[in-house]
Amino acid sequence: MSQIGRAVYLTWDYTWSTLRTLWDVASHTFAKRDTVEYPDEMPYLAPRHRGRIVLTRDPEGNERCVACNLCAVACPTDCISLQKTEDETGRWYPEYFRINFSRCVYCGLCEEACPTYAIQLTPDFEMAEYNRQNMVYEKEHLLISGPGKYPDYSFYQVSGKAVSGRAKGEGLNEAKPVNVKSLLP
Amino acid sequence: MSSITANILNVVGILVFVVASAAMLTWVERRMLGIWQERYGPNRVGPFGILQVAADMIKLLMKEDWVPPFADRFVFVVAPTIAMFVVVAAYAVIPMAPGIGVIDLNIGLLFFLAMTSLSAYSVMFGAYASDNKYALLGGLRAAAQMLSYEVFLGLSLMGVVMLAGTFNLREIVLAQQEQWFVIPQFLAMLLFFIAGIAESHRTPFDLPEAEHELTAGFHTEYSGMKFGMFFIGEYVSVLLTASMMVVLFFGGWLGPVLPPLVWFLLKTSILVLLMILIRGALPRPRYDQLMAFGWKVMLPLAMINLVVTGVLVLV
Ligand code: SF4
Ligand code: SF4
Repeated sequence: MSQIGRAVYLTWDYTWSTLRTLWDVASHTFAKRDTVEYPDEMPYLAPRHRGRIVLTRDPEGNERCVACNLCAVACPTDCISLQKTEDETGRWYPEYFRINFSRCVYCGLCEEACPTYAIQLTPDFEMAEYNRQNMVYEKEHLLISGPGKYPDYSFYQVSGKAVSGRAKGEGLNEAKPVNVKSLLP
Repeated sequence: MSSITANILNVVGILVFVVASAAMLTWVERRMLGIWQERYGPNRVGPFGILQVAADMIKLLMKEDWVPPFADRFVFVVAPTIAMFVVVAAYAVIPMAPGIGVIDLNIGLLFFLAMTSLSAYSVMFGAYASDNKYALLGGLRAAAQMLSYEVFLGLSLMGVVMLAGTFNLREIVLAQQEQWFVIPQFLAMLLFFIAGIAESHRTPFDLPEAEHELTAGFHTEYSGMKFGMFFIGEYVSVLLTASMMVVLFFGGWLGPVLPPLVWFLLKTSILVLLMILIRGALPRPRYDQLMAFGWKVMLPLAMINLVVTGVLVLV
């Protein structure tokens, strides 16, 4: 008896769930579309969307990148390549900086690794090219004139490293160096 | 003379109508699935994307017509032809309206059953000739599935035959003037619908070509227009199943006010949309579940329906 009861219950259960599924799907007929017709209408992309990569400048207008190579090390697809050089004051900057966007997976790890906020991902994805070689961006393509997502940040103002024109301890929010030879606090 | 002209018009008209609307169905299906998934679907080529069919056709024709070197060439080429031929041939017996229909066989229903059985060959030939393990597995599944579901595809129709007292589809429609057979034969209608979906191997019964397990099943090795013929053949058989349901259970062209042909097409379209909705909504069962469902649920139900109808007709 209980077996017949179970069979009846299962039949009812399966039939009901099938019908309800059909109804639920059919009820989407007049629902609002989730997608937009892209080339005619741009979808909204959040500011933190990970798209085309740029190299930014600090508020004084100097390149932020110090050619530390951390981004190139972090990159899982090894698509960043750069060479360090120095200017007259001893400040490091990249001689060339190259990103192969045909290999980049837009993971954003380079942005996370960068100590100076130099490398940043932007909400732009329209980078299609007919020629694969055109997907390799050089420094002049990557470098923009603004500070990107962090308008006030300047690595050399807060880093505690002496550069020409500013001694140790003169940066923003920076304490004077401790005199390790003195006993006074 | 005029009857010959009418015949030729009928034949050519229905052939063109069937193939063209099957091609259109590819667009209708993608559009409807899009709508039910809250997307737009293909809507770029022409008004509402209607010309998508033409674009797809051009694409398929331009593709390389590749026959794998390891394939059994003759059988490989013949298989999609059979797929297309049997469904179109089966459509010949469908009476669409008074005076519209290719042929009026007095064994029309049996002809339909015979032709759908033959379509198992196209799948098996295609799978065998491809010499590909996915195709082989798909072909095995297709053979077993089509054989098992054929059994109660036929059995579920016998109730209708008993009530109408004929195998002639035109007379079956005329026998429904007082009452559509869907009312006394509701169970049979459901069984036939499920079996029809399984026969045209569409989701949720698309195990022969389950993309996730068998790449494309029996037509893995096919490309270009040969693939196109399998593809269009599937849509013709969707159309065939829907038309057959209309003829057998929903009173064919019968209906008030509107012209008969419009009624027929209207009912067919609703059923086709229902089949697309089912594809968009229901998941695919496991293979053993499919077989168990066929033999342990559908077959007994078809038998019971047969016996009860028989008793009621006799009493
Ligand atoms: S986004 Fe990822 S893949 Fe692209 S350059 Fe940065 S680390 Fe490399
Ligand atoms: S972009 Fe950032 S992480 Fe990469 S080399 Fe320049 S400073 Fe270092």
